[in-house]
Amino acid sequence: MTIDAKGMHYTPLNKMIRQAVASGVREIVIDNVLGQRFIANGLRSNVRITINGVPGGDLGMFMSGPECIVHGDSEHAPGNTMDNGTIVIHGSAGDAVAHSMRGGRVFVRGDIGYRGGIHMKEYDQKRPVLAVGGTTHAFLGEYMAGGIIIVLGIGHEVAVKDRGIGSGIHGGEIILRGDIEDRLLGVGARKVIFTEDDLNRLSPLITEFCERIEVDPSQFLDTNYTRIIPASSRPFAGKYTWE
Amino acid sequence: MSLGSVPLKYKISIDRDQCMKCMRCVDNCSYGVYRIEDDKILIDSRRCTACHRCISMCPRDAISLQEKPVDYRSHPLWTAQAREDIINQARTGKIILAGMGNAMDYPIIFDRLVLDACQVTNPSIDPLREPMELRTYLGKKPAKLEFTKSDKGDIELKTELSPNLKLDTPLMIGHMSYGAISLNAQLSLAKAVAKTGTFMGTGEGGMHESLYPYQSNMIVQVASGRFGVDINYLERGAAIEIKIGQGAKPGIGGHLPGEKVCSDVSCTRMIPLGSDAISPAPHHDIYSIEDLAQLVRSLKEATEWKKPIFVKIAAVHNVAAIAAGIARSSADAVVIDGFRGGTGAAPKVFRDNVGIPIEAAIAAVDKKLNDQGIRNEVSVIASGGIRNSADLAKSIALGADAVYIGTASLIALGCRVCGNCYRGLCPWGIATQQPDLVNRIDTDVGSQHVANLIHAWTLELSELMGAAGINSIESLRGNRERLRGYMLDEGMLKVLNVDPVGA
Ligand code: SF4
Ligand code: SF4
Repeated sequence: MTIDAKGMHYTPLNKMIRQAVASGVREIVIDNVLGQRFIANGLRSNVRITINGVPGGDLGMFMSGPECIVHGDSEHAPGNTMDNGTIVIHGSAGDAVAHSMRGGRVFVRGDIGYRGGIHMKEYDQKRPVLAVGGTTHAFLGEYMAGGIIIVLGIGHEVAVKDRGIGSGIHGGEIILRGDIEDRLLGVGARKVIFTEDDLNRLSPLITEFCERIEVDPSQFLDTNYTRIIPASSRPFAGKYTWE
Repeated sequence: MSLGSVPLKYKISIDRDQCMKCMRCVDNCSYGVYRIEDDKILIDSRRCTACHRCISMCPRDAISLQEKPVDYRSHPLWTAQAREDIINQARTGKIILAGMGNAMDYPIIFDRLVLDACQVTNPSIDPLREPMELRTYLGKKPAKLEFTKSDKGDIELKTELSPNLKLDTPLMIGHMSYGAISLNAQLSLAKAVAKTGTFMGTGEGGMHESLYPYQSNMIVQVASGRFGVDINYLERGAAIEIKIGQGAKPGIGGHLPGEKVCSDVSCTRMIPLGSDAISPAPHHDIYSIEDLAQLVRSLKEATEWKKPIFVKIAAVHNVAAIAAGIARSSADAVVIDGFRGGTGAAPKVFRDNVGIPIEAAIAAVDKKLNDQGIRNEVSVIASGGIRNSADLAKSIALGADAVYIGTASLIALGCRVCGNCYRGLCPWGIATQQPDLVNRIDTDVGSQHVANLIHAWTLELSELMGAAGINSIESLRGNRERLRGYMLDEGMLKVLNVDPVGA
């Protein structure tokens, strides 16, 4: 089914999506998207939504299951507090991408803004992934409590050159292509060597991401990465004393 | 060089003639004050928190407790507390953590406000024979109602009403998360609100399965940590509250120490076992009122515009302007938490020094919203140090639609305000996750106590209203004529918009 979103407010657009899903539609194409926020918010389904244009903020927030493919850029916070499903953005995205994401995957072909993957968390079988083809701004993976962030830095000298990477990180891991200057790491983040084991573990993910964003994966299947992990799962344990 | 220890805070003694050596004190004290040696009960008073558990369980009233058994040289500036804090920090170099609400001796404005009553010309109302309307609706109210007349002559409401929460009494239980308090404590509160036709907040820790039967009386919270938040959780709540700030610690985030993240807490919060649960100071997708509006609408959109959305902020000096912004963010209610608000754990310096009293905050917010003509856009909920039905009535007269109580409801469960909640050893089974302690709360009995409290305050509120010649809570709301200030300075009277006694 195809929806022409030209000039449409987000509420009727979301209503149409929900109705379509409720009636059993499993493929939706939305054309002429221009800044409509909250697309697929809280939607539970295995529907595949193709978005032609630029979705507004909070694309797929609280979403549980759908796949959203964006042919264009996205405004801020796609995948915000997302539970499950996949968002693929073939352009760039704004700030707070994958904020507090608990499950599912957000793939961005281009760059993302500030605070990418902030407060991502994991639990049980749910291990969210944020993968970025380009670069990111400051505070990547801040307060991260779980999940995986991968940044390939395609078209950039280094994957990330903004500061505050992983400040307050207490779970999960951040994988950056190439080496990263120590001074860019946030408080509580620790750099470790990316090993062959890590490569084996992450190869399927790197391959899938590259295929999704249509670049050749073979050039990224080596150990030329930096792995950033928490210095402690209890970053504040030593900060307080009792009254 | 050692600084030595600070003197005992409390001294426990047993009247050995009365004691029958039943050992209940030994079993009940989770702080390890009592131990048995050679059939004799020995006491380590240094560990005592004055939680009164042993005293309330002693069948012989044999235990006595003395506060500050050792005096310091008295000094008006260098109080014992000031000196002890310095010793503590000189020894550790750390931030002092504290529990419960603000423990400073600031004047309590509620106690300097008196309610009015009728005498001859405008007779009072007897709630025994006249109906008193306490029903409260929280959410947006239309500025005016429009109707249409059908061909058959039926009158129909044309104005689209926003979803509202319907309360039988203008009193709810505030947000205390699973993690900060125990499941049995939450269950007791949940059963009590279901019984009394009101609501409670889940706090920021998600909703445990055993609370599902009470979900229609629960307000789910979305804090910066987004713990336990998924679409099912959002749909379960009767309303959704975005927590921006909290009266006990305005401007900072929350932090549940890893020790308290047991398996049940970890699965309700959806975080790994034993990891710190950190709620950062800001929501990282909210950096402006416009961003807040985005989150409000995002929650509405995700739940198909069926639920009222509350926004909770701490009472700070600029609270009125912030509340006006919140009203414009399409939120349905603004919750203002005063500086007396309780907490499981806060840096002491915040708990005792940051924020403003709820009385002033409510009055300022009510005035600003009225001046801007948007009071009907948003309901106002007051919280933070509401101790009795008089505080409740005064809050409403100052402009609140309803109040949240927190500490008061815990006291109804046994809490003695010992302020050691953050240690996870609460002997009353409230602020702990230790199963043997949690089991000390029988949720049927606990809920009955809390329900009794709500019922009692509701009765008192009706009587207070009746005495003031008011038979509907709507007429008390923002009704400054029914309040007078006693021994309050002119500046404060102006903020409260209340006349002094005699005027
Ligand atoms: S901590 Fe509580 S139970 Fe223990 S001795 Fe003190 S008052 Fe009694
Ligand atoms: S509870 Fe009272 S009577 Fe029993 S052992 Fe303790 S002090 Fe004695």
